[in-house]
Amino acid sequence: MVIYGVYIVNKSGGLIFNLDHNLPKIETEKTFSYPLDIALDYETKKVFVAFGQRDGINVGHVLIGINGVLVTGTSLEDGRDVREVIENKDNYPLSLKFSRPKMTTNEKIFLASMFYPLFAIASQLSPEPKSSGIEVLEADTFRLHCFQTLTGVKFMIVAENIQTGIDALLRRIYELYADYVLKNPFYSLEMPIRCELFDTNLQALLDQAEKGGVVSS
Amino acid sequence: MTIYNMYIFDKLGTLLYYGEWNRLKQSGITKDEEAKLMYGMLFSIKSFVSKISPIDPKEGFLYYKTNKYALHYLEVPSGVKFVLNTDNTSTGIREFLQNIYTKIWVEYVVRNPLWTLGTTVTSDLFKAKLDEFVKQSPLYGTKVV
Repeated sequence: MVIYGVYIVNKSGGLIFNLDHNLPKIETEKTFSYPLDIALDYETKKVFVAFGQRDGINVGHVLIGINGVLVTGTSLEDGRDVREVIENKDNYPLSLKFSRPKMTTNEKIFLASMFYPLFAIASQLSPEPKSSGIEVLEADTFRLHCFQTLTGVKFMIVAENIQTGIDALLRRIYELYADYVLKNPFYSLEMPIRCELFDTNLQALLDQAEKGGVVSS
Repeated sequence: MTIYNMYIFDKLGTLLYYGEWNRLKQSGITKDEEAKLMYGMLFSIKSFVSKISPIDPKEGFLYYKTNKYALHYLEVPSGVKFVLNTDNTSTGIREFLQNIYTKIWVEYVVRNPLWTLGTTVTSDLFKAKLDEFVKQSPLYGTKVV
């Protein structure tokens, strides 16, 4: 049972809190000979696999290292250009390290505000009257649970598909939010949450939930 | 247990077919606009899911649920998308959608020489067979209000 992350979105769709809890690290290193048997795509900010997934290197993974030297953007740490290194036959064999792209804070904010219209359209396109927005969204690799409070704040949990008791957990997080965030005199409504007590209590709650079941108080 | 309606889109977002059975609420916009809105939402969900997924997704988005209904999604490798709205307690919809694809769509649309790729399906035979298939399924059955 794994909980991957918690997101809190304010009523206008802005991300005000995010916690990555148990994100798996997906990294693969492999030695290649010339010519490369996977197709790489060189974008302005990253180099990623476009075709030819094998040995745990999947389409969409980004290049993070060559021969143990870190890649930042499209250049190596020592200043060389990634494309030139990879296309030069004399450099082979090359050891390339790939990883699944990690979300930056900006991307998370973008995703949180993207969920907002999805939530609204789901209720508009409903074939039954008076439908709420999305409560559970399932994909093959995770399940997203969303709980909207009466005041419009959304609490979202991304967890493993088999994780149970998420509904109770969401309500417990709401309680923590009410106790530690709203009662904090230094917190201004709708703004990002930076409350230490909330962080520590939430962390403890998630650990407890993963071990099995939350007791609703 | 009930089935509300169904949309079939192609890879470019054209609405190929729309079927309706027990729909209780209309969206208040034209079918054309509704289809565009639906496709736009699915397109966004797909991109949302691929970004937020903690590990590499294979099939990606499967379904979502609200307190009233569930939307199930099946995309085949050629890009044809089957979207089925049911009540939120039904199970086994994925197999049902796969059956619609292999037994009805492939048989009566893909193998129909009069159908041009990427156009709305107007075949009466397809409509009749789909209707029959849906109504025979245990998932169908009017909800007690």
